[in-house]
Amino acid sequence: MKKAALDFVAGGGLIERRSFLRSGLGFTVASMMGALPVAHAGAATPGVAAQPSSRPVTPLDHPIGAQLPAWMKTAGGADVAYGMPSPHEKLVVRKAKEDAPQNAGFAVWHTPIETQRGIVTPSGLHFSVHHNGIPDIDPQRHQLIIHGLVERPLRFDMERLLRYPMISNIQFLECSGNTAANAMSPFARDDSCQDLFGQVSCAEWTGIPLSTLLREAGVKSSAKWVIAEGADGGSHTRSLPLSKLMDDAIIAIYQNGERLRASQGYPMRLFVPGWEGNVNVKWLHRLEVTDGPAHTKDESGLYSEVLSNGDIERFTFHMDVKSVITHPSGNQVLPEAKGFYEISGLAWSGYGKIRKVEVSADNGKTWAGARLHGPVLDKALTRFSIPWRWDGSSTTLLSRATDEHGRTQLNRNQWKRKYAMHSFNHYNAVQAWKINRNGKVENTYA
Amino acid sequence: MRKFNVLAVALGWVALMNLAWAQIPAPSFGVPLSDAEIKQFSITVFPDGRNLPEGRGSVSQGRTLFQNQCAVCHGANGIEGPSARLAGSDGFFSISDPLRFMRIRKYPLLVLSVGAQWPYATSIFDYVRRAMPHYAPKSLKNEEVYALTAYILHLNELLAKDAVLDRDTLPTVVMPGLSRTVSGWPEKNSPNPEMAQ
Repeated sequence: MKKAALDFVAGGGLIERRSFLRSGLGFTVASMMGALPVAHAGAATPGVAAQPSSRPVTPLDHPIGAQLPAWMKTAGGADVAYGMPSPHEKLVVRKAKEDAPQNAGFAVWHTPIETQRGIVTPSGLHFSVHHNGIPDIDPQRHQLIIHGLVERPLRFDMERLLRYPMISNIQFLECSGNTAANAMSPFARDDSCQDLFGQVSCAEWTGIPLSTLLREAGVKSSAKWVIAEGADGGSHTRSLPLSKLMDDAIIAIYQNGERLRASQGYPMRLFVPGWEGNVNVKWLHRLEVTDGPAHTKDESGLYSEVLSNGDIERFTFHMDVKSVITHPSGNQVLPEAKGFYEISGLAWSGYGKIRKVEVSADNGKTWAGARLHGPVLDKALTRFSIPWRWDGSSTTLLSRATDEHGRTQLNRNQWKRKYAMHSFNHYNAVQAWKINRNGKVENTYA
Repeated sequence: MRKFNVLAVALGWVALMNLAWAQIPAPSFGVPLSDAEIKQFSITVFPDGRNLPEGRGSVSQGRTLFQNQCAVCHGANGIEGPSARLAGSDGFFSISDPLRFMRIRKYPLLVLSVGAQWPYATSIFDYVRRAMPHYAPKSLKNEEVYALTAYILHLNELLAKDAVLDRDTLPTVVMPGLSRTVSGWPEKNSPNPEMAQ
């Protein structure tokens, strides 16, 4: 292969991506990655095309299957009614966090974000947080009711709701407690990306604009808030400003093209783009239009933030701009010193689109712009990448996202100064992964 | 001329269709909801006491209920966990509760406290009635919910041990969390100011 010169764009070995692709080295990465799955399939890859030369030469009259694996010499198995991942991918699963009080039906399941490529999280891997377990709802009997400050209190069963025009958007959902460990823990826990960032996912959500149903009910002029309630055992409830619900909230009925999973709110959930996960009320059954918030359990305690002066900030809905490098990330091992790698990760903002992501491979001394992979969507996970040649020395990788409004990420110290020591929600500081000389990747505080 | 007529008819037809189309109302498949149905489902209690039911409950009744139905998750004093801490200050450290730091390592949510952080006592009634106890939500009578609310407030030294709560007295309890409250909505530096009404 012809070797072209590479242009470095920043310290620590970050490479200008066009020169990387030009050189052909982008295609050799796949064979070097080992522990870090990289998708550059289909390219003419030296080392993959060549067969081991030590095998005995097959005589021409020998059946051609002699040297081939079993699956090339037998009839294939039967397909199934609902497809599942390959059994070889059985380690790619969600992980329950055990530091939440399990006895109370409160469960937190993290998505394996470092195994994901692209921007859409498979429905079975979407993160979930339940405060009261998953209710077993009969869709034939489930109803959505709208009442309070409306001209016409209304109820809708599923059959009627499914007749309304629907819209679809690919959008992220993030728990306000995502990455709480890095907000709270005085030392950086040696955890995986799944442990630390597994409470964000992205899906195509399809449903009915809530404004359609609220207009049908006729919202009175004194209305300012809506109390949304689920049909779970604990009747999970949040208060939401009417203006946001009229703007872009939907009654989501489909996720990634199929009806919602039970753990995502079957048969319907409120989806409030860009706002903290907890307000996206699952198993939605009641909307009460009011003049003020109800100060429900979650907005009174767990989903408020304690500021550095002791004040408690409530109704902080937006998930602010954030990013994380998923490849490589915590607990992974770089297989080869002085090798080429594609740094890849995800960025998102509850305020809109991602404008840029910068990456540093020298702990923030120098930065380079990463490539944003399309589509770059409003309030959606956005994939970024940049090629990197690791020189084998200890270093730290950082990513810093900026959204279309110019909002950008703080470093951890700046973020901590805003909040009390024990406050942990809405943590969106720049994430740092330390690369040790032996290739081990570790969570660290830059 | 003939061409012109055809065009005129076609245009007229399109205009008529548009008119007919405009007269079709937006889809409205909702079914009117009766007052009785609303009453059955409308359980939200507001900070000013709106929607609180009849009935009353005392601290002493609440103490018994708490030990029988709540202490298994919240601890005998409402602070041991594993479930949310009901009483005392929030944070990592506490002079009156020196073992707190150890418990938080096991159950991080114990850094939060209902008594210290919740701004309104009515929210305790609302939540206990809809969601507690976790193994049998919505099983308590209104009087029992008043009693448990009273006991939780007593644990926080916000009610005397002989106090009784009802729909009139509950909203008058002033919670320490109220004076610490600031609202994040509407946002001060929102890029979407038109939404922050």
